[in-house]
Amino acid sequence: MNFNALWAYANPRKFIETADKVLPALSVLAALCMGVGLVWGFFFTPDDYRQGATVKIIYLHVPSALMAINIWLMMLVTSLVWIVRRHHVSALAARAAAPIGMVMTLIALITGAIWGQPMWGTWWAWDPRLTSFLILFLFYLGYIALWEAIENDDTAADLTSILCLVGSVFALLSRYAVNFWNQGLHQGASILRGAALVGDTEERMSNVYAVPLFVSIAGFVLLSLALIILRTQTEIRARRMRALMARERMN
Amino acid sequence: MRDLRLAVRAGGGFGLGLAFFLIVVTLVPFAVGPRTELLAAIAPGILWLGALLACLLSLDRILALDWEDGSLDLLATAPLPMEGTVSVKALAHWLTTGLPLVLASPVLGLLLSLPAAGYGPLVLSLLVGTPALSVIGTFGAALTVGLRRGGLLLSLLVLPLYVPTLIFGAEVARRGAGALDYATPLLMLAGITCGTIAVLPFASAAVLRVNLR
Repeated sequence: MNFNALWAYANPRKFIETADKVLPALSVLAALCMGVGLVWGFFFTPDDYRQGATVKIIYLHVPSALMAINIWLMMLVTSLVWIVRRHHVSALAARAAAPIGMVMTLIALITGAIWGQPMWGTWWAWDPRLTSFLILFLFYLGYIALWEAIENDDTAADLTSILCLVGSVFALLSRYAVNFWNQGLHQGASILRGAALVGDTEERMSNVYAVPLFVSIAGFVLLSLALIILRTQTEIRARRMRALMARERMN
Repeated sequence: MRDLRLAVRAGGGFGLGLAFFLIVVTLVPFAVGPRTELLAAIAPGILWLGALLACLLSLDRILALDWEDGSLDLLATAPLPMEGTVSVKALAHWLTTGLPLVLASPVLGLLLSLPAAGYGPLVLSLLVGTPALSVIGTFGAALTVGLRRGGLLLSLLVLPLYVPTLIFGAEVARRGAGALDYATPLLMLAGITCGTIAVLPFASAAVLRVNLR
């Protein structure tokens, strides 16, 4: 496959046309995956022998936490693309993705609190993972606030992408700094572990729970993709509309 | 150099950060009660937080005045590269805000009945950590320099970036106060400071160029 073909989608018109074609299928698929994953997870899995029914929060908690991080990574990549190649679609995609990432972070935090209450006996603990998610949330807030505050679109895109780069470094730093600062209550990674991949079944969660979880994760990925594409499309159209209105006033 | 002279002569900026630091530290006992052992326990954290907030308070002055009277445009066209300009700005901010805070911190530690073992590590951690605060703050100031209501946004952007510095800095002070070994967090703190000094001026300069466009 010719990798350069990817850059064709940097053309806003091409992007919108493609998005129009892809979006319905993507949305249906996302709804399907999420529906199946969540219903299966909530109603058709057995209760955990120690955690009871609360274990089912995992079907919201893990996918949203995953997306919260991955959307920031996506913003990092699109910011880099904007800085290097100056494709407007890329900057707008980063802008469109930020609120979605923020909501995902919030969902992860809230479901985590709801899960933590019966399991740990507390809504909130200053645990490294919890704390770094809170910090990630603050980064999303600052990023969005900066987009909103600057009037000139290109300036805003430049400044936010640099903030995204610097912020990524500091977010990573904070992630490991908080590890140093306090030991955790949150469990380590247990869904995918090296040992599990080579067949050690002791080390991983049972398939009864894992399969609907993966369906649910796929649903969240598709949902985020669909939302990001939709919002990017909206941003492009809004900007085009502003340009047209400005032209109208000129005449 | 010019910044230094201005900051000292204008009076306000120079003393203000210190006064703010003093007030924060004075308010803490009112808020948590005058129990000595409690104050001693939280003193390292409060001193670090106070220093951080005092630093934050003076950030918008780093670039805003020069932006308003246009001398920033002149500095941009000067032979000194923008990276150098922002580094000097950060240095000036540290000398006028960070260094006085470092020097004042033992006295304020006295007010909070910091244990005797804690003074050395506290001063050391602030001395090593505050340059990072200045450099990160200069980046934030460069981001928000063109904005009318930049002050609040500046805090929102800069405070999350302060997290690692605060964690390691307060950890050094806390371990010092507890007479524990504080070499590891101190080295981490020094690493963060060196890293930010090395890398962030480039980001600040890039941001400033965009804002001056």
